[in-house]
Amino acid sequence: MNDKLIIGGHEFNSRFILGSGKYSLKLIQAAVKDAGAEIITLAVRRANTKDQENILDFIPEGVTLLPNTSGARNAEEAVRIACLARELGCGNFVKIEIMRDSKYLLPDNQETVKATEILADKGFVVMPYMYPDLNTARDLANAGAAAVMPLASPIGSNKGLATKDFIQILIDEIDLPIIVDAGIGKPSQACEAMEMGAAAIMANTALATAGNLPLMAAAFKQAIEAGRKAYLAGIGRVLTRGAAASDPLTGFLRD
Amino acid sequence: MVKINGKLLEAEGKTLTEYLEGAGYQIPRVAVEKNGEIVPKAEYSHTVLKNGDSVEVVSFVGGG
Repeated sequence: MNDKLIIGGHEFNSRFILGSGKYSLKLIQAAVKDAGAEIITLAVRRANTKDQENILDFIPEGVTLLPNTSGARNAEEAVRIACLARELGCGNFVKIEIMRDSKYLLPDNQETVKATEILADKGFVVMPYMYPDLNTARDLANAGAAAVMPLASPIGSNKGLATKDFIQILIDEIDLPIIVDAGIGKPSQACEAMEMGAAAIMANTALATAGNLPLMAAAFKQAIEAGRKAYLAGIGRVLTRGAAASDPLTGFLRD
Repeated sequence: MVKINGKLLEAEGKTLTEYLEGAGYQIPRVAVEKNGEIVPKAEYSHTVLKNGDSVEVVSFVGGG
């Protein structure tokens, strides 16, 4: 079955975008392999002269790097971080992440629209992380976003699809890949989002806080694939009341 | 003095290449911004740091 995820003209077979934060660099290779991931997120920070190990040395060849703009508090800072990330020489994908609030880490939708417009004009493949709001999603699409990344619940919370109904609205109304990002805590939640028609799932903390990271990566991979297949198959209807027999209603062993 | 990643250092007169190598950075793995402008790698060897310059040296780290 030809079922590619297409982001900004680039084709991917995997619908699992892997985060690389909060776990050992030595686990990255196993995580990427067991997740089957083709895209991995990174952050940009001040370099440390004492670090002899660089994360890029641990990421398998052929994996697309998706730098985020974490640390940005407004559009201007996000643009600055994105340009530095591109200067690091690893492609032109960027995940916009703009936060004014350090308690709940909620994205600033308005600044995110501004940054999307500027970075799309500069030729980036822009993937904005956002609070799932239809008006903002439309503005992001008009501003040149290549995908829209609504949060399921607060970053790092593992709380699952708290914004489910609003993500469904984006899936139904926005003609771009809707990638559920942040808050997905376990495979069943990833599967549910995929059944709804999400184009992909981004997860980091769910793996970083799991007992066995590569095994959890494998579990997510299967859940995401299962949810995608279920979506493509078309989910069966739900009765509002009553029952419908699965067995023939004739030929009973009676009389 | 030159402000590099938030610290005031005596690096004036050095080129970016000299400073970065001397400090132990892996040049292929960093990007540099000087006074708010990105410095392309090809210009490191002839970009001389001056008193009052502000420099950021960044690299990729794990993130979500």
